[in-house]
Order: sequence, then C-alpha cells, then structure tokens
Amino acid sequence: MRLSGVRLLHKKNTSGCIPQRLPLPEKVIIPMSMHIGKPAVPVVKVGQRVTVGELIAKADGFISAPVHSSVSGKVKKLGEITGYGGNKITAIEIETDGYQEICESIAQPVVTDFESFVTAVKESGIVGLGGAGFPTFVKLGVKDISAVKAVVINAAECEPYITSDTRTMIDKAEYIKKGIELLQKYLQPEKVYIGIENNKKEAIAKMKELALEMDKVEVKVLPAIYPQGGEKVLVYNTMGKIIPKGGLPLDVGAVVINCTTLSAIAEYIETGMPLIEKCITVDGSAVKEPKNVIAPIGTPLEKLFEFCGGFKSEPKKIIYGGPMMGIAVSSTDVPVIKNTNAVIAMDEKEATPPKTTACINCGECANHCPLRLDPREFSKALKLGLFDELQGLNADLCMECGCCSYVCPAKRPIVQNNKLAKQKLNEYLREQKAKEDK
Amino acid sequence: MGKLISGISPHVTSNRTTQNIMLDVIIALVPAGIASVIIFGLRALLVIGVCVLVCVISEYIFEKICKKENTVMDLSAVVTGLLLAYNLPVSIPLWQAVFGSAFAIIVVKQLFGGIGQNFANPAITARIVMLVAFSGAMTSWVFPDASSTATPLVYLYKGDLTSMPSYLDMLLGVRGGCLGETCTIALLAGGIYLIARRVISWHTPVAFIGTVLVMALIFDKAPVYQLMSGGLIIGAFFMATDYATTPSTKWGKVIFGVGCGLITVLIRFWGTSPEGVSYSILLMNIFTPYISRLTCPKPLTGGKK
Repeated sequence: MRLSGVRLLHKKNTSGCIPQRLPLPEKVIIPMSMHIGKPAVPVVKVGQRVTVGELIAKADGFISAPVHSSVSGKVKKLGEITGYGGNKITAIEIETDGYQEICESIAQPVVTDFESFVTAVKESGIVGLGGAGFPTFVKLGVKDISAVKAVVINAAECEPYITSDTRTMIDKAEYIKKGIELLQKYLQPEKVYIGIENNKKEAIAKMKELALEMDKVEVKVLPAIYPQGGEKVLVYNTMGKIIPKGGLPLDVGAVVINCTTLSAIAEYIETGMPLIEKCITVDGSAVKEPKNVIAPIGTPLEKLFEFCGGFKSEPKKIIYGGPMMGIAVSSTDVPVIKNTNAVIAMDEKEATPPKTTACINCGECANHCPLRLDPREFSKALKLGLFDELQGLNADLCMECGCCSYVCPAKRPIVQNNKLAKQKLNEYLREQKAKEDK
Repeated sequence: MGKLISGISPHVTSNRTTQNIMLDVIIALVPAGIASVIIFGLRALLVIGVCVLVCVISEYIFEKICKKENTVMDLSAVVTGLLLAYNLPVSIPLWQAVFGSAFAIIVVKQLFGGIGQNFANPAITARIVMLVAFSGAMTSWVFPDASSTATPLVYLYKGDLTSMPSYLDMLLGVRGGCLGETCTIALLAGGIYLIARRVISWHTPVAFIGTVLVMALIFDKAPVYQLMSGGLIIGAFFMATDYATTPSTKWGKVIFGVGCGLITVLIRFWGTSPEGVSYSILLMNIFTPYISRLTCPKPLTGGKK
C-alpha cells in the first residue's frame, strides 16, 4: 500500500549554496511566541544591555520554550508587534552594538542521564525546526523510554525551494551523528531511520557514510513525493506504521525529529550556545540571487532580501516557509523566528492566485490525499451542516498539506474549506461534550 | 514595495485547469473527426460544426438567462458537441442534430446544475433520446458510396459473418456506423493520448473493452469484430471516463468498466437492439454514486490511540 501525494517541481536552486553569514543587522526583533504553546515571559527591561546567548525570556508553563538574545546590545523596546499571522504578539527589540559579546554564563551543559539531557534540551530553547515549532524537550521527555521503538529523523525536506535541511546534512553531518548518539544513549531506540527524499544526492551520500560508521542506523531513501516529510507519512514510509488519529508518533513507538533540530541539540550539548541563529533559504521568483543565509533570530526579513541582491521584480507575495504550507506575511518587517527555514518572495506571475471555476467532480483531490480523505464530501456535509457525517468522514484528520488544492483543475480553495470543516466540527464536538457533561 | 497578496497555503497550484483538460479531450477527438470527413464526406464536418455550435450557444444562453457565471470558456460544451456529433449518423437531418445538442446541454447538463453536477453523460443521454424520438433517421446508415447499408453490428447481430467488412476496413473505419465511431485506429490514438496525458486512467477502458472481449470469447461471438464494431472504443475511452458521471476511484472505475461491458454484451448478444454501449454507460452512470461509496478509500486513521 503506497500513500498518495503529488510530484512537485522541486526548485531546489540553492542546494549547492554554502550558507553565508548575514552581516549583523542594526536591530533584531525577537518574538516571545516562536513555538507552539504558551508565549515566553520576558526577563529583561527596556534599556538593559544583553549579550549573545543571554536568556531574555523564560518558558511559561509546561509547553513553552525559553528565548535567548541573538546579539549583544541594548533592549530598545518591549511591546507588541504584528506577527506573521497578522495577530499581535509580544516581542523584544534589541539594538545591536556590533561587539557580539558572548554571555558569561554560556558553558557546556552537564548531561549525565536522561533527565539532565531533557533539561538541557529545554534550556537550549530548541523547538521543532522543520516548521512546526513544537518544544523539542516535550517531545523527547517521554514518560517511559521502553515505549520508544525507533527514532525517525525527518530529512525529507519535501517543500519546493527549501534546502536548509539539505545544507545541515552536508555541512553539519558531524552534529547529526553526535545527535543520533545522544538519542541512542538516552532514548535507547531499537533502530534509527533517516528519511530523505531521493532528490538530495549529496546529503544521501553523507548520511549513508555516517550510517556505516554507526550501529542500527538506516538511511531510507524515499521517493520525492510531497508530503513525504509529513509526520504521519514519514512514519508510515519508514516504519510501516500508522499513527492513530488524534494520537502521537509515540503511540506506534516512534520519536520523529527533524535533522536540523537534531543537529542543533548536538551543537548545544557541545557548546552550550542556545538556539540564536538559523540557516534560511532565501528564494522565489522575485529574488535576485537566491542563497542560503545564516541569520540571527529576530532579523527583519528585509535584511535577508537585501543580502540576496534585492528583488529582480516587485515581490507580490512573501512566504514564511515553503510554498505548500508556508504562511504569507503582510510585510518584510517581520522577523526571522526559530522555526523559519525559508523565506520565499514571489513575483506577480507566481503570486497571483488562479481563477476559481466550478468543481468538475474529477476526484483528483481525493485521489491525491495522502491520508485518503475526500474533500468533496467535506464540502457537501459542511454545506448541509451534517457534523456527524463530517466526523464520520474524518475531516479532523486533515493535516492541511495542500495536495488537494494543488491538483484541483478548478483551482478551488479546498484546504481553506477543509480548515473550516475542521473548525466547525471541533466547535460541534465541544458543544456535544458540554451537553453531555450537563 | 506595493501591497502584498495574502492567502491561505498552498501558494502554488499545478498547471492543469478544467480548460486544458477539455482541450486535451478535444485534441484527442481530432483524429476521429478527420477520419469521419475522409470516410463519410464533408457532411460529417457540417454535422460536427452544428452540434458544437449549438452546444456552446445553448450553454451561453442558458447561463445568461439564469444569471449564472458564463462557463463557455471551459470548453466542456465543445466536448459534448463533438461527442454527440460522433454518435450520430452522417445523414442526420440538421434540425434533429440541433435538438439533440440543445437537449444535451440544457436538459441533461444545465438543469442538474451545470458542469460537474450532472449525473448522466449529456452526449449519451441526448443520443438515446434521439434514438427514441427519431428512430428512423438515427438508424439509417448511409455508406461512403451513398448506398444505404446495415452496420457491421447488424450483421453480427444476425450472425451473418460473411457480409462483414475486412479487419483492415474495420480498423480504418470504412464501414457503416455513426460518423465518429467507426475509425478504430483514430479513436485508439486519441485514447492513448488521454491516458499518456493523465486526463483519464487506463482502468475504465481496459475493464470495459476487456469484459466485452472475454464475454465474446466465452460465447464465441466473433471477438475481434465485437471490439471494433459499434461505439465500444469511443464509449470506453471518451464517454465512460467522464469525470462527473463516473466513479473517481481506481476500483470504482474497474467496476464501472466491467458493468458497462456486461450490459453491452447482454444487449448485443441477447437484446432486441444490435448496440448496447450507450445504454450500458447511461445505466452505469446511475450506479455511480453507489460504486463511489462502495469503493471510497478508508482514511488513514490507524488503530486505537
């Protein structure tokens, strides 16, 4: 049984571009919410001087992550900015002083056992760097490590344009190796899989080399069919197991971790420097010289584009992340955050949405759904308000990967409709539950 | 920098549009159209032109009157016009062709909600209505040399194999029949083009034609002639593969194709009419929602949490 998906134009123009370091920007804007969960709470005041790697906000509650300064300089503002989703979020603006003085307290963390390892990951501020931004320590802090059968390293990088994971595998293979050793030591999986799409020859060679030197590590070369890097899809294609609806990979014995996240963990354990910078692919039809850029977290996107020679034509759409699941931003003032792996600037031709026409009932949306859902049925049930039917159709299973919208010849906004169906279904289920509780 | 476009992901879509799907179908139908003019003369072109024109105009006027969005540019009405014309005898009176075309678009397609919403294939339904309404004109087969003759299917039906054209003539389409259905080789070329372009999948035509072949072998009914006679090839590749009126799953297509094949042979071998392809597709159109439900894939929900 093979899962469906779509073959996309890969446009991996930057896979051969060794990441270049961005000149230090004059200011960085660091949001408190760069992860899934509660926003971090600032621990600095306006006017205070901060140094590189210094804690500027602490985690709040269990699912949260601390935030560190990516520069040395003075805290200029502490207030709300318009975030990438258009919502207001708290952020700390730091004016850089150019010294990049490293925080005194930076030291290699003491890791002796599972608990101290998870604590170290928590203090590193690392979150899922593949795009999800889920605090990594929560994922690694499994209650019972005997439940961990396999670690699946997500190196699929299935979105077009993005090559930052590819670069991690090529440039930081040593850290990936150290990361695997850490996970083998503390999670004791029976097997480690590295799942890579077959369009990354150089990275595959590097990982295979690494796997040869290690025990129980297997490189799984997977077809370049989007969304190969989707958690459910990847676990199925590497381990042959289906993550239950509403469940976690651990329900089938898997811990899934992105390759750049893993490399960042190893780097932190070795150096003690928290997550303060990211390698970002800057590409898209409007970008003059696409590049991979290493930038401090908080760098306004504008600086990245300037570094890449500016725009060759006026950008009409700017996306955080890849074109399949990325978020369109409202301006280039928004900053690079922890889970930014790419920024894409599209010219008018690439950005203008095609005209929507009537559904011709071709069924391509259903045929290409990796989770085998039928968006046509969601649409019918939603229109009639049949929520029980919507639940039976498993509308809430949809991961919004976008295959349906991509293949639709009528160019209908299917994902948008799916999101609405999911939202309405959840509202309905909450109401039902409230009624039952009465 | 000007205003940025917002919008929900995905921010890219495939190049395929309804219009270029329909254009592919039109391209695939061109060889059979050219063949029909060569075999039956210029009147074939006239019939094709009238059907296409009336289909497009009916769609335009209906949508104008009903204040619906104009969908003429999606080219689906052109496809309906071509298919209907290909299913008519070349000698059909033009007013009957006009009636059939308007019926296909207005009654079968638009009254059920337009493109994607109709449950029955417009060209086939219109053809069947015409068969009932104008049974004389619809079954008078004028051959290239202007002599009236029965179609190979009629001979097959009577078991008169000696009057059958040669295999080569059957392949090239030099035989009596509807104007676009006779040239097997041109239709196959078009069908293969559609499969190569992924406009249709191979499941339906293979299941449909395969079933007819197997049944003809079992009942010893001149299998090669069965395949090349009547509207089997055009039906299997161009009409049993219509998106709106046939199942969209792989197994659904197989069931649909086998069903069409069985009904076709049932009518051809034991019915009172020599041809059954149109009826088989229309009947299976009605079963489509049930086949779809039966074959809908099981979502990847996994086991218990």
